Amino acid sequence: MSEAVEQREEEQTEEIDLEPANRVIDKFIDMPGNLMPVLQGVQDEYGYIPRIAADLIAERLNVYPSQIYGVLTFYAQFHLKPRGRFIIRVCVGTACHVQGATRIVETFYDKLGIGHAETTPDLRYTFEKVACLGACGMAPLAMVNDATYGSMTVQKVEEIINDYNQRPLKSGK
Amino acid sequence: MSEKDGIKILICQGTGGISMGAKDVEAAFVRHLAEKGVDAVIGKRCDIIKTGCRGLCANDVLVDIITPEQGRVTYDFVKPEEVEKIIDEHLVKKETIEKRKAKPYYNQFVNAQMRVVMTGCGQIDPESLNAYLEEDGFKAIEKCIRGMKPDEVIEEVKKSGLRGRGGGGFPTGTKWSFCKASPGNHKYLICNADEGDPGAFMDRSLLEGDPFCIIEGMMIAAYAIGCDFGYVYVRAEYPLAVQRLQHAIDICYEKNYLGKNIQGWGFDFDMRIKMGAGAFVCGEETALMASIEGFRGMSRPRPPFPAVRGLWGKPTNINNVETFANVRHIINRGADWYASLGTDTTKGTKIFAVTGKVKHTGLVEVPAGMKIREVIYDVCGGIANNRKFKAVQAGGPSGGCIPAEILDTPVDYDSLIKAGAMMGSGGLVVMDETTCMVDVSRFFLNFTRMESCGKCVPCRIGLKVMLDILERITEGRGEPSDIETLKDLGIAIKKSSLCGLGQTAPNPILSTINYFRDEYEAHINDKRCPSNCCKELLLWQVVVDKCVKCGACKKACPVDAIVWEKGEIAYLDKEKCTKCKSCYDACRFMAIE
Repeated sequence: MSEAVEQREEEQTEEIDLEPANRVIDKFIDMPGNLMPVLQGVQDEYGYIPRIAADLIAERLNVYPSQIYGVLTFYAQFHLKPRGRFIIRVCVGTACHVQGATRIVETFYDKLGIGHAETTPDLRYTFEKVACLGACGMAPLAMVNDATYGSMTVQKVEEIINDYNQRPLKSGK
Repeated sequence: MSEKDGIKILICQGTGGISMGAKDVEAAFVRHLAEKGVDAVIGKRCDIIKTGCRGLCANDVLVDIITPEQGRVTYDFVKPEEVEKIIDEHLVKKETIEKRKAKPYYNQFVNAQMRVVMTGCGQIDPESLNAYLEEDGFKAIEKCIRGMKPDEVIEEVKKSGLRGRGGGGFPTGTKWSFCKASPGNHKYLICNADEGDPGAFMDRSLLEGDPFCIIEGMMIAAYAIGCDFGYVYVRAEYPLAVQRLQHAIDICYEKNYLGKNIQGWGFDFDMRIKMGAGAFVCGEETALMASIEGFRGMSRPRPPFPAVRGLWGKPTNINNVETFANVRHIINRGADWYASLGTDTTKGTKIFAVTGKVKHTGLVEVPAGMKIREVIYDVCGGIANNRKFKAVQAGGPSGGCIPAEILDTPVDYDSLIKAGAMMGSGGLVVMDETTCMVDVSRFFLNFTRMESCGKCVPCRIGLKVMLDILERITEGRGEPSDIETLKDLGIAIKKSSLCGLGQTAPNPILSTINYFRDEYEAHINDKRCPSNCCKELLLWQVVVDKCVKCGACKKACPVDAIVWEKGEIAYLDKEKCTKCKSCYDACRFMAIE
């Protein structure tokens, strides 16, 4: 709830093009139970759900904005703020936990200076703890965007961050 | 599949394989085979087949090569740069590279299992309908539609004794008959692939490795119950599974295995994937349906059961992925055959995800009723790093721990419940002497508290209060009355919560208090963690008598807090130490405590 209020306060000043959001809505408009697919599609387009897009969805799908915010804040997958270029996820599922995931998480906190579900000010990194990525054979496990790093150690954390520090901030798109 | 007509190269491309570089290995095979013109040199066709997971993800990339002369040979940990050598020696010279072959443990791991549901995984190309058809694909649904009435199908499933593999263990045939008996001309079928249980990944592997068999299982259920539309609710965290399943659904539509009047059999069935959005509680069936309808995934009281009023108020049948994967084999090979596997109360096989501190982590399919000891020691090779077995956690956040004393418990629904654990979805997390049971309880409770939907008070507030107590204990501020308070709270929450999440969330705590009360007491009374795990209670040092001067701890230390020279006993600088435990885990001689 507070996240929604915060977002309102930080109202985006820059213009957001609603064309992609409209396209997503067009695609699902006649499907029953379309709220989640629409939100997922919109998030794919913008990387998060801008408030103005949420208002648009409410209007076009004829649901209350409160229901949309209810859904957005319930599911871990949805984000109300812009996210980093590189999303670092560290698995803290059972298998990773007993293999020492905690120290991997703490090292990332330490090196990046951000906590769980936070983004660095330069929008380079977003860090997340996640429950089970389903690759327990390689515990402890970390992912950066779609690349998986198995059998993590504290040293590897540093290597990964050094590697991604070198990469360009703009995506290839 | 005949093994005579050419050479087959099977490359594991599940999530595990791909993250270890399976795509690069495949590319290397394609490139070198073409460059060397191997097909012409040996006068046979070499087919590269991308398969799903074969269970032993820790040893990826696994490559199987099947040739008429050498039979089937498995190489493990294959790197792209080794591919050329494998082609030269194995394919061209026809000499197996003995040094690179998977060690005997691999055969032990495979042979100790009994693969029924997972036969396709790791053998066939999950993106090819033809590969599935060659393995008798869609024969079961054809047999049902052409030769059996819907009631006969349900009867057959009932007779087989199949029980829901999602954890509850409700007899599948009975569940189907409830939904069939509900009035209404529009019914829904849902496949629950919201595998949220941390430590279990069999559903993911099935979807990635053999998606067609899930589709066929759902078709059979739809035919038996009278559903015309099916949803597969997949976790958003499984992008590859979604992609493979979507691909399979698209092919099925194209070749008329889905849609109207399938194959001219006069049977209609449509299906669609619904992606979850990261909420564990959506594995609970009423929450799952709320999520499909586009609401917060909150559970509601039952009755009415989904079989009467489910998705959009229509009768709905929900089964787990693994349950659907069993159905086809029951129809093809008969209920009597299926019922001959397993124990009196649990039939067939069960897939377990064995992870944690065991030598070979992976997916293991064994007949129900096998002893836990056999699963851990015979199939998975025992405990890693020479350490002592402490307990195995069965059933994830809803299950409990099974200590060494009752390791001979057979893995079936009822025996596990008697031991204070549960089958759950089939995660077995093995813990050794360095795992603290209080910490593990705290871990699970933290998980269930975060994932509680917040609708009912016992779950929302009760779990939080329990977690506060456990956190106090692990930080050395426990009080003697805490254990009894935890027990009382746990029992109250179990009795009064609305859905399965709250009703089972206290299990890990209750079962560890039951079996490992001494550990709780050590934390509370002596402010000591016997497993050297809870870091607020620890100060690390090197045990001079046990140190073998190997230097493994120094390599592991991220902050250079360990002083070591070749041939010297290590010394740990307590000022620098951040208590991260890297050295403790690296030491194979228990010389750090």
